[in-house]
Amino acid sequence: MPAITETVLGVFAHVDTTVRALEELKAKGYHDLTVYTPVPIHEIEDVVERDRPVSRVRLFTLLGGLTGTASGFILTIWSAMQWGLVTGGKPVASIPAYVVIAFELTILFGGVATLIGMVALGRLPKFRPSRAFDPRFTNDRFGVAVHCAPERSASVREILRAAGAEEVKTP
Amino acid sequence: MSDQRTGAPTFADVNRDVLRTLEPPGNLYFAWMCVVVLILTGGLLAWVGQVWWGMGMAGKRTPQMWAMYITTFVFWIGIGHAGTLISAVLYLFRARWRTSIFRAAEAMTIFAVLTAGLFPLIHAGRMWFAYFLLPYPNQRYLWPNFRSPLVWDVFAISTYLSISTIFFIVGLVPDVAALRDASSGWRRRIYGMLSLGWEGSDSQWRHYRRAYGLFAALATPLVLSVHSVVSWDFAVALVPGWHSTLFAPFFVDGAIFSGFAMVVVLTLPMRHFFRLHVYITDRHLDAMAKLILVTGLVLTYFYVCEIFTSLYSGDHFEKASLFWKVTKTYAWALWTMYFCNCIAPLVLFWKKARTSPTTLYVVSILVLIGMWFERFNIIVPSLAHDFYPYTWGIYVPTLTDSAIVIGSFAWFFLLFLGFIKLMPSLSIVEVKETLPPPIRDRGHAGHH
Repeated sequence: MPAITETVLGVFAHVDTTVRALEELKAKGYHDLTVYTPVPIHEIEDVVERDRPVSRVRLFTLLGGLTGTASGFILTIWSAMQWGLVTGGKPVASIPAYVVIAFELTILFGGVATLIGMVALGRLPKFRPSRAFDPRFTNDRFGVAVHCAPERSASVREILRAAGAEEVKTP
Repeated sequence: MSDQRTGAPTFADVNRDVLRTLEPPGNLYFAWMCVVVLILTGGLLAWVGQVWWGMGMAGKRTPQMWAMYITTFVFWIGIGHAGTLISAVLYLFRARWRTSIFRAAEAMTIFAVLTAGLFPLIHAGRMWFAYFLLPYPNQRYLWPNFRSPLVWDVFAISTYLSISTIFFIVGLVPDVAALRDASSGWRRRIYGMLSLGWEGSDSQWRHYRRAYGLFAALATPLVLSVHSVVSWDFAVALVPGWHSTLFAPFFVDGAIFSGFAMVVVLTLPMRHFFRLHVYITDRHLDAMAKLILVTGLVLTYFYVCEIFTSLYSGDHFEKASLFWKVTKTYAWALWTMYFCNCIAPLVLFWKKARTSPTTLYVVSILVLIGMWFERFNIIVPSLAHDFYPYTWGIYVPTLTDSAIVIGSFAWFFLLFLGFIKLMPSLSIVEVKETLPPPIRDRGHAGHH
């Protein structure tokens, strides 16, 4: 049974206060956080990403790229075999010439797969904005949304305010 | 600047300044649009005439079947390279100065490739059969010859267009989200759709950043490969003046050289009219000028190599071709090219010239002219004077192909002018990344 949770949002104007809030929350055992930033900030990423695995987008790129290489060679060699016509005294399947096609398809499929990976893993497109999202987060404010049990929301508010949030609210 | 700011801009300043570039344009903008549309119409009419009366209208006679169309095709593909170089290679090298020019340069890449892509179609004559280019078998199950550089070209150019478009659109997503949150009405709805509902949450950024790095890693070998493949259209053939292993690096270097010149030609007016001097500073001009200078010197070295190899080869036809190029019918084009590509950029050895917008602008225009002539000199004089006297022939431009070539510039500028009023021509996110982030307590935050 999913626990009933409440979301508390702290809006910050500075990087250091945001980092302080995140450190404090993590130390107190709150791990269900969403952090909104206008740009990726190293200091914030360092705290948020500390206990997370690396993004799996690269797996998509690898698989897409390998598929591209394989299809480049399969397409060229297979289609040359369809009409085994020797021209210029060269082998019917002239591998060096086909490397170019395989290379281009590696990049193409790799790129498309990376795009698919990014969109799928990032849960895009998002048709409705999240409740905690605030338009200021694409401008110059940082947001920390904490998802916690309703009875703990008071202490979360206290942590956010103590760290220096300029606004704490329940969206 | 109208508002007297001191020091670096803040995050909110960046949003405001970029939004300012999207305000309704003034009369000057519409005047430019009118000029561009007029020239484009001329090109379109010329193209209709060519379709109606045939390829003879474009001055095509053996052996001059490539002439200005393929010259301009190679020119535009080359222009595109600087954009990908800035957005991918300089990204991987963490060259921070790229942030304020890369968006405009990426847009330039896509528009240049879109312009270039028109030329094989125009040149094909019956362009409604353009689908013949796609790799599919005919009724007798005969596939295209994948050993042909022209087929490689189809793959290279379409991959290049797809990957640069993906790269460009992915880069736009967080910026468009910022525009969405700052606008209202129909603009907000359109930007909202285009931003895919981006919110800048930690998980979105996590995958986004990783993907962006991977796009850069994929685009880097691509940018080096595209013009190499284009160069093989020539180098794989036996024509004297073409048949050289030098061609791939020679083309790639020339592409970056001309591409940076075009970046300068586009960003200097942008900086002036949008008053972006805070973001595109003298340091940026200096860096771009240095790249133009370096690639220009490398190009000069390639020219010397080209002459040396043909003299040293002992091959009669190579030497004859070279002698003919340097002294006969098209010698003026060759010497224009040497002046524009080898002599003119030398001015950039002086720091004053590198940071003076006027000097840099003039040099860039000369470089563009020189690089167009380089492709002309590769294609036309080489074909004019190959192995046998009975295949020799002079090409004279006609009104039709000149109008189409000039029209292609109008088409490119039309796309670019449209872009700068609809989309952020300065990357909101990447410019912010290079600014010092807002810190409240200086004492506690110095761990960089």
